[in-house]
Amino acid sequence: MHRTKVRIVEDALDANNTIARANRDDFDRSGVSVVNLMSAPGAGKTTLLEATLRDMEGVRVGVLEGDVQGSADADRIAAMHIPVVQLNTDGGFGGECHLDANMVRSAIPALPLEDIDLLIIENVGNLVCPAEFKVGENVRAMVCSVTEGEEKPLKYPLMFRACELVVINKIDLLEHLDYDLDRLLHNIDAVHPDVPRILVSAKTGEGVEQWRDWLTQVAAGAPAPA
Amino acid sequence: MHEMSLAGAIVDTVLKHADDRKVTLITLRVGGMRQVVLDSLEFYFDFTARDTCCEGAKLELIQVSTRLKCRACSEEWEPEIPFFRCPKCESADVEIIAGEEFEVDSIEVDEKEAACTAPK
Repeated sequence: MHRTKVRIVEDALDANNTIARANRDDFDRSGVSVVNLMSAPGAGKTTLLEATLRDMEGVRVGVLEGDVQGSADADRIAAMHIPVVQLNTDGGFGGECHLDANMVRSAIPALPLEDIDLLIIENVGNLVCPAEFKVGENVRAMVCSVTEGEEKPLKYPLMFRACELVVINKIDLLEHLDYDLDRLLHNIDAVHPDVPRILVSAKTGEGVEQWRDWLTQVAAGAPAPA
Repeated sequence: MHEMSLAGAIVDTVLKHADDRKVTLITLRVGGMRQVVLDSLEFYFDFTARDTCCEGAKLELIQVSTRLKCRACSEEWEPEIPFFRCPKCESADVEIIAGEEFEVDSIEVDEKEAACTAPK
């Protein structure tokens, strides 16, 4: 018996990226643009979608909900008569903390791709893993709420750099919080200078129009609108 | 906390190249941007490698420092904190030239050891 060294030099995430490309091809063929929406748990992704999708004027939207367990978020979207598919990630050891390309692939047959223009993939709430696993999206957006710390961008630079848009949510709470919005913006600027950011309150509707416009541009096939 | 998924990705990648030979050492190149904790990666690797050719293999990490380059003035630097604006000309047009790696660099395998079965 002898021992041999084998040179490999291969990105360990290649397998995921290959499947992500296959997903992207399927979406492209159906003329569907895809947004991968990410955030920490509780940043308000689903509430933001509820506030946004009521009135998308001519853009037909579908939603893919990723959660470790349950269908609470998908139920909220379905209540608005928007086509939604729930993916649960609890098959793994303790539950996967993100969607990967293969999970999204498994959901494609259930998605009405011919009847939608825009697919929003609401990823599992987490600021680490979703940034590393592409799922076949055209663009990535993240929601960061003002009830989280101002230093989030410095703690999770990979996530803040992976996004084409940062939506800052819950701004209606600013007056009740000791929150330094300028410091957050400064930290975002340090990690991802010039990334577009939109201030919104999913609760009051402030800023939601701007976010809706961004989505409309993505649906129209515009590359990462500024 | 992402180390479990990363451990799975490592095992999948190595099995493609192991040809059913027993793997004793896996050398990884991991960039500073990846925020990988070795202890945690080893812990999950031991789980995901079970009953595969990788079971019992040691993990070795080559850390790659994050290195940035300004597209405007060609300045290159290694940031100590995540700061992606050129320290020289303040341009935001900055490229990561190293630090995003998550690669299996090489493996060591035992030839002639009783073959083990790679799961599909």
